[in-house]
Amino acid sequence: MVDVTPGAVDVIPPAEVPEVELYHPHSWWTKYVFSQDAKVIAIQYSGTAIAIGMVALVLSWLMRLQLGFPGTFDFITPEAYYQFITMHGMIMVIYLLTALFLGGFGNYLIPLMVGARDMVFPYVNMLSYWIYLLAVLVLVASFFAPGGPTGAGWTLYPPQAILGGTPGGQQAGIILMLVSLILFIIGFTMGGLNYVVTVLQGRARGMTLMRMPLTVWGIFTATVMALLAFPALFVASVMMLFDRVLGTSFFMPALVEMGEQLSYGGGSPILFQHLFWFFGHPEVYIVALPAFGIVSDLISTHARKNIFGYRMMVWAIVGIGALSFIVWAHHMYVSGMHPYFGFFFATTTLIIAVPTAIKVYNWVLTLWRGDIHLTIPMLFALAFIVTFVNGGLTGLFLGNVVVDVPLSDTMFVVAHFHMVMGVAPILVIFGAIYHWYPKITGRMLNEALGQFHFWVTFVGAYAIFFPMHYVGLVGVPRRYPEIGEPAFITAPVENLNAFITVAALVVGFAQLVFLFNLIWSIWNGREAGGNPWRATTLEWQTSETPPPHGNFGKELPIVYRWAYDYSVPGAKEDFIAQNDPGTGRPATGLA
Amino acid sequence: MSVILVFLLVIAGIAGWWLLNQGVMSKPWLEHGPAGALPEIDVTGMPTAKIGLGVFLAVVGCLFALFASAYFMRMELSDWQPLPIPRLLWLNTGVLVLSSVALQCAVVAARRGQIDMVRLGLVTSGFTTLAFLAGQLAAWRELSASGYLLVSNPANSFFYMITGMHGLHIVGGLVALARTTAGAWGKYSPDRLRLSVELCAMYWHFLLFVWLAVFVLLAGWAADFIDICRQLLT
Repeated sequence: MVDVTPGAVDVIPPAEVPEVELYHPHSWWTKYVFSQDAKVIAIQYSGTAIAIGMVALVLSWLMRLQLGFPGTFDFITPEAYYQFITMHGMIMVIYLLTALFLGGFGNYLIPLMVGARDMVFPYVNMLSYWIYLLAVLVLVASFFAPGGPTGAGWTLYPPQAILGGTPGGQQAGIILMLVSLILFIIGFTMGGLNYVVTVLQGRARGMTLMRMPLTVWGIFTATVMALLAFPALFVASVMMLFDRVLGTSFFMPALVEMGEQLSYGGGSPILFQHLFWFFGHPEVYIVALPAFGIVSDLISTHARKNIFGYRMMVWAIVGIGALSFIVWAHHMYVSGMHPYFGFFFATTTLIIAVPTAIKVYNWVLTLWRGDIHLTIPMLFALAFIVTFVNGGLTGLFLGNVVVDVPLSDTMFVVAHFHMVMGVAPILVIFGAIYHWYPKITGRMLNEALGQFHFWVTFVGAYAIFFPMHYVGLVGVPRRYPEIGEPAFITAPVENLNAFITVAALVVGFAQLVFLFNLIWSIWNGREAGGNPWRATTLEWQTSETPPPHGNFGKELPIVYRWAYDYSVPGAKEDFIAQNDPGTGRPATGLA
Repeated sequence: MSVILVFLLVIAGIAGWWLLNQGVMSKPWLEHGPAGALPEIDVTGMPTAKIGLGVFLAVVGCLFALFASAYFMRMELSDWQPLPIPRLLWLNTGVLVLSSVALQCAVVAARRGQIDMVRLGLVTSGFTTLAFLAGQLAAWRELSASGYLLVSNPANSFFYMITGMHGLHIVGGLVALARTTAGAWGKYSPDRLRLSVELCAMYWHFLLFVWLAVFVLLAGWAADFIDICRQLLT
């Protein structure tokens, strides 16, 4: 045990980390619009992501209206339905979740939590946001393009993605989609370099890797994964753009369309699937790892207890990140691949459940005999654990080839991935917003509205997706705008579908309450003070709230301990900040 | 997908080695106070910009490894007809090597503080790189003039796409090189100039390496080599 007597603390010299050359804004424009301050960029990223996310939310309503009450809404044609599916999926996965976790929380939290003044390359960081915004605008433009957005499904499988039978396939839709993805990846790479290098180089004195909060570990690992996985989507997008615009045959086999032989020939759609899922599966964990990290911190802070098995948590994050690159083909069990191939990927898929289960156990053991405060962030964190376990268990079903093959094209899969990578990370995002909002604005979010928002969202999400598993088990296929009246569709299934639709509408409206709360509380929330949750990590120890440009006052903090000194026996308070020199803790502490 | 998996294995190896050196086996809950708090490993001593460029090059490497993966997978299908490699590419390779060498000379000169040699190296590198790009365009023209069009065969498509992607990365590097060159005549301090030149050299060496790999791939030697290995193994 490395420990020091309190007296020795005084000799520590002030921070010797070289001062970052901060760009000092001179005008309103450079301060709030073309800002190089990571905190402003974080808010810009989050605002844009939430705005485009609302579009995706409305699209999901429209889809559910069609599924719950088929034939009632004339304007939802099969083509429109496919466009809604595609844009809903793509927006939620990439433009909302990825952008919000990495661009939003990454930008806000990394510099503050590791004790840096800003990101290491602020100018590149600013560019990252503006390219992201451009990507979003190109995506939105496809709604107004002739023929509308692409309806190829969020996986954009060729050959159908670029053929005339698919909405937007022979029009601008698919081109705008691919260009938008390429832009997003370029913008993300710029931001991602910042997040990674800031963690590597920007840490305050004493902030060893193993003293970083798990939030930073989660975002850091997810960013490394994203930097290595997004190029696969980039390559796939560029090659499909070549096929669509220049007429090459990377992915396109010989085809006859409407009795006419197309000029394509010999290409392999499976090649696209490999590239897409080589990005697509790590993407699940790119979204999940930041959520894992954030939830660890929320649970520890609001249960006033150190995280159980910190080292194991870090190793699990890194292990999941590495393993997630060798499971991609479990999305392709029905593509006609060699059975041994499927066996290999089923095995790796099941192995990845081990580190994930370790994390779940550690969260539960952190809660065990903790001083649990059922604050709104805590409620969301607890809801996440339940939902993630739920979605993860159906993942174990689907990871097995023999189970996956019959279930693959049913609503069961839709229910599974919405639970595990839709609802679960979104719950963490909500929890994180309730947790860090006081630091961002200086005021608390309204508690009553928060309670309403939580319960409607949590119970409502189960009302939507739990029955959907049964709908899928009965055999209702996914991707069908209307299933007609086959023999296996009984009245209860139709009723369930209508019920799910009503629940989806209610949950959607509850999000409007949340948005209202976000805006209303900026001026009317209760004053929060610098550290309302009495948390240990550095972002709560800033001299001003909200933190000014440069984050910490004159001197950078020096870190003396890990991020989880809650309820230390013998300490004055039930938390010891990371930059507390340690007089609060007896030297004989935990021998 | 084997190329990209091998590439990621290398990355994972580097990351794992680095993590082990960063004390992932330590027990932070037992170590508090400044004694454990201020280890030397906190500061790597390497400029942040170099680490940033290193991470970026890993991403670029990943991109080209994925192109190579796609190339090998598409190659196995029946309609693949390899295209002849223009002899001009040998000359282009030589020119790009020259460019890299010139930048390396500029680095050495910058470390010694010989500003004239730095300027000479930067300008030489800039012109040879432009010559490389012109040579690549000429190779494209030569191929398309003899009927090897982009769409006529997937081998051709890959040739144009991968060389084009490499060329785009070179063009991006030229922007940085131009700024450094302007700085060499302008107001860059010696330290700043040395760092800029070193960063350019790092990028150039990497892109030269990528080009050699791409050349080996497109000329078909990579596939031949793999075939030989496969025969030895079976």
